[in-house]
Amino acid sequence: MSASPVYLDAATAAPMHPVARQALLAALDDGWADPGKLYTQARRARQLLDAAREAVAQTLGVRADELSFTPSGTTAAHGAVLGGLAGRRRVGSTLVHSAIEHSAVLHAAERHVAAGGDAHPVPVDRLGRLDLTAWSDAVRGPGVALAALITASHEVGTVQPVAEAAAACADAGVPLYVDAAQSVGRVPLPAGWSVLTASAHKWGGPPGVGLLAVRKGTRWESPWPADEREGGRTPGSVNLPAVVAAAASLRAAAADAAAEETRLAPLVDRIRARVAAEVPDVEVVGDPVLRLPHLVTFSCLYVDGEALLHALDRRGFAVSSGSSCTSSTLRPSHVLEAMGVLSHGNVRVSLHRETTEADVERFLAELPGIVAGLRAEAGVVGL
Amino acid sequence: MPDEVLDCRGQRCPLPVIAAARRMPEVPVGTVVRVLADDPAAAVDIPAWCRMRGQEFVAAITGPDGPAYDIRRAH
Repeated sequence: MSASPVYLDAATAAPMHPVARQALLAALDDGWADPGKLYTQARRARQLLDAAREAVAQTLGVRADELSFTPSGTTAAHGAVLGGLAGRRRVGSTLVHSAIEHSAVLHAAERHVAAGGDAHPVPVDRLGRLDLTAWSDAVRGPGVALAALITASHEVGTVQPVAEAAAACADAGVPLYVDAAQSVGRVPLPAGWSVLTASAHKWGGPPGVGLLAVRKGTRWESPWPADEREGGRTPGSVNLPAVVAAAASLRAAAADAAAEETRLAPLVDRIRARVAAEVPDVEVVGDPVLRLPHLVTFSCLYVDGEALLHALDRRGFAVSSGSSCTSSTLRPSHVLEAMGVLSHGNVRVSLHRETTEADVERFLAELPGIVAGLRAEAGVVGL
Repeated sequence: MPDEVLDCRGQRCPLPVIAAARRMPEVPVGTVVRVLADDPAAAVDIPAWCRMRGQEFVAAITGPDGPAYDIRRAH
């Protein structure tokens, strides 16, 4: 008999908020026209787009004209990095970034290096927190065009010292880009950044909508071929029904964020404590206190990460992993690597508004037996 | 130089770590075992195993046999 499904991978994509679904369906009816045209249907689409932009800008605390909707969070991150570097190429060509940025940021950095630029990764400690001294030294270096820091680790949940990192950037006159994908709609945003990106399916919006906010006065230049839409920051027609749904769900998520944090953080505490106590030879990683309210990561010694994901899936649990055997490149997660923590047998559990205490209890009840079973199969019990 | 070599080339993680965990209790305290492992996860997981088990991670080396990791049995 198959177990009832428990989805615990909100950090990849949260289940769609009911408000997003309603808004999406409504906007499919009257938000299909090109908002740039001059007829009635286009004006209706323009009103919907303007209202969506106004709502999202208010939640982020930016001006509407500082915000663009992109075709994904990944595109937003690519644009943030490459545009931030392009806008300051006369100053220099060095990108400073934490070693634990999202792969979208690192891939943009690789492109920049392949084109002759430099990238300077800054290490983190065992808990996944930025080395602020190394960061401050790096941003003060010659020719730094842009600095990039994730607000909180998408893999281990450790919240980064963005305010302090931003102060170091301000002292050095370097603009700071923050990838806020795991923070927007969940926790208050830090101050001091010049460029910010986020992704709607992380907060319960539809997939295929990213946010790119560029504060006034920031030297940022679009890295894409010219296009007048979305403030000239990202080319192509926006997926307007999805954008409307993203905006509606962000407003709903932000309104519930404090209550959800209060509800989910103790569940994450419980997972951290019980997994450490009830699964032998497990390393619960990330900062125990300065962390996101909805995300927890641990690694089980001697266990194959892919086998663990499959075993959990057979019991109805959907989780993510940073183990090398679960990645297409067969490399371990660069985040776990940068922290120097065990990378095999890794599981990331991330909760959302539909996650119940009973879901968490069932996961905690079944996990020790699943891990023990895999260890027995592999003949590693007692090692 | 290591006292003995454990060839785990071609094995995917966690197998090199398991091989080291099996061998270390069998050697005398103070023995240095070199683990040859070309799986990139070994570079993270062998030092992490040493830390979790209180064994001494001596060094990561890249030699003619590819990436290798020296572990000294500490207790």
